[in-house]
Amino acid sequence: MNWIKTENNKKINALEIPTISIEQMRSDLKEMKLRPVGFFGKQEFENVRLYVTLADDKQGKLYISSVLFTPDIKSYNSFTQDISQLHIFEREFYEEFKIEPKNHPWLKPLRKNQDEYPFFTMQGEDVHEVAVGPIHAGVIEPGHFRFMCQGEKVYNLEIMLGYQYKGIEDLFLKNPDNRLAESVCGDSVIAHNMAYSQVMEALSDTKIPERAQIIRRIALELERMAVHIGDMGAIAGDMAYLMGASIFGTTRTLVINTMLEITGSRFGRGLINTGGVNFDIDFEMSDKIRNVLDEVIKIVEKTTKTMLKSSSCISRMERTGTVSTETAYALGAVGMAARSSGINLDSRFDFKDRWYEKCPWEEDFKFTGDVYSRFKLRYKEVKQSARFIDDLLEELKDYEDGLKVPVGNLIRNAFVVSITEGWRGEVVHTAITGANAELIRYKIKDASFNNWYMLAMAVRNNGISDFPLCNKSFNLSYCANDL
Amino acid sequence: MLDTIKLKYLQGRKYIKDIKNAPMKEQFRGFPIIKSGDIDCSCCPTGAISKNPNSIDMGKCTFCGNCKCDAVQFSNFYKLASINRDALIIKENMTPEEFEKIAIQSRREIKKIFSKSLKLRQVSAGGCNGCEMELNACSNANFDMGRFGIDFVASPRHADGIVITGAITKNMAYALEDCYKSVPNPKIVILAGSCAISGGIFQNSKEINREFINKYPIDLYIPGCPIHPLTFINAILNFIK
Repeated sequence: MNWIKTENNKKINALEIPTISIEQMRSDLKEMKLRPVGFFGKQEFENVRLYVTLADDKQGKLYISSVLFTPDIKSYNSFTQDISQLHIFEREFYEEFKIEPKNHPWLKPLRKNQDEYPFFTMQGEDVHEVAVGPIHAGVIEPGHFRFMCQGEKVYNLEIMLGYQYKGIEDLFLKNPDNRLAESVCGDSVIAHNMAYSQVMEALSDTKIPERAQIIRRIALELERMAVHIGDMGAIAGDMAYLMGASIFGTTRTLVINTMLEITGSRFGRGLINTGGVNFDIDFEMSDKIRNVLDEVIKIVEKTTKTMLKSSSCISRMERTGTVSTETAYALGAVGMAARSSGINLDSRFDFKDRWYEKCPWEEDFKFTGDVYSRFKLRYKEVKQSARFIDDLLEELKDYEDGLKVPVGNLIRNAFVVSITEGWRGEVVHTAITGANAELIRYKIKDASFNNWYMLAMAVRNNGISDFPLCNKSFNLSYCANDL
Repeated sequence: MLDTIKLKYLQGRKYIKDIKNAPMKEQFRGFPIIKSGDIDCSCCPTGAISKNPNSIDMGKCTFCGNCKCDAVQFSNFYKLASINRDALIIKENMTPEEFEKIAIQSRREIKKIFSKSLKLRQVSAGGCNGCEMELNACSNANFDMGRFGIDFVASPRHADGIVITGAITKNMAYALEDCYKSVPNPKIVILAGSCAISGGIFQNSKEINREFINKYPIDLYIPGCPIHPLTFINAILNFIK
């Protein structure tokens, strides 16, 4: 087979990645039936090389191959026709390299040329159009939403992104830095910085201390708890259940203030550096974290139970913004949103990670794919993360092997894929080094990249007034993928 | 219903009573204390550090703590805002008290118009969502900014000023200017976070367009990466009261 088999965070020789023809790629994609996690181009002199990374989640393996486009190839028959999960990847590839995927069903600008964006329109007397953004009513990131409605009912929602486009992947080539990785997405600071650090450590053959590995994962779970609790509050706020909004809001403060005590920043900035971590968690701090989390879980449990007793809350959440398992699969959904629609993807457990082996994902979650399902899943994950942190703090006692090690030089012609499960879903960082051991391509894919279309599908046939609720239940990020 | 009331009783009061003197955890990296001596400029991802004489530009600083050494320490002092861009450059041996004296001189006309009520429109223009989350936190039950008459409103037409976060991408430049023009006079402009003040970690990006900053007067600079809610609320309070 013309694919290199590799693992998460494992370095391979970039020159050994096979080159296959476009038709071969198409038939392989159809035959292998694996999930695409990377589909991006790289300029090679006048040619463009398209790298494709596929994930075999059951086996925890990654498969990589490439296609070379010589300058005379200006188009190819789109893969999206056969593998619908690639829809947004192909749009991105087209925008960057101007190689047209023919017969792509939705070939619209992604990050650039917003003035020429061809919106989907509907004709008819009863149809009306609602345009929202890029500046929204709340304090959130910019994006443009175009609703096609009949009365209150939404027929179609089109999301135009690109307002946060900062060319962040190019910045990584110029000045790779942990602080830049932290600023990819402000609510997934730890996840993105961890993925970046793992890439750089694999590229330089650095083995970091186990203690640092555990501290990273504790921070990752704290981040997950904080965001989930905050979003539960936001969902409550959007249903006008203000008691929930205020209690979850203050409870989130407890979690991020714990992060502040560990790292000096409420979001954990400055904690992770390539080669290890900058701050330790000692016995005293361990006890403190445990006490805070006990309190947090108590409050979250009580508030959730009270909230779910209220029939008006339930009626707002149930059967609102439903995404079926089939739709989620066709769109290539990942992470928390996919799990709430019945697709069991979690890179913490799918790809071998010894620190998560002891605390496996419980299968008893009953998904319904609606806002209620996403709310319940968040609740479940908050409790689960608290348990993980408890276990990890226990493990921490046995490892006294320091916090960081010096980082070596990057290795020439290497290719690394690193997948970390942020609270939203998988964060995939891919890096390629050139002949002089410099970074020549850096690619980031956040869970939001896959999931934006889930939101568009979720509001279909719902009242437009339920849009904020649907939006909050996903809480997708614009900046994480530079969108 | 009864359960909800019970919940409220259990929750108790969570707000910070005295927001001007609220205690801050000592681990917080706030105002930098700089002494003479050797410092490493190359470790700074945003080029905020200058040598001989030593200084740190808080408008560029990400407060990551990479530069910590004998000459640079970070205190937990959080009132970092200034009405003057140059005042954000912290020089050797400057104490927080000295900085506080020169940072914000409130103007009579601002006090007269805005001291009772200040409604702000926030524009997120290409940051990382960190500052936006902290601005949302300003309105939560802990910090409760609304009690001072300061609020975020949904439309620029209802606003007395705008708060800009993010480095201002090319794609957002037009919307930002449009929003500014929609705010009725008299209005103020506040830059929140290192990205907004200087471009921060994204300053070398080709996709940002910072013409707006040069074109219109800026009234208040609030540094941080991201800004702490206490930094933001105290900055506004000092500015309008």
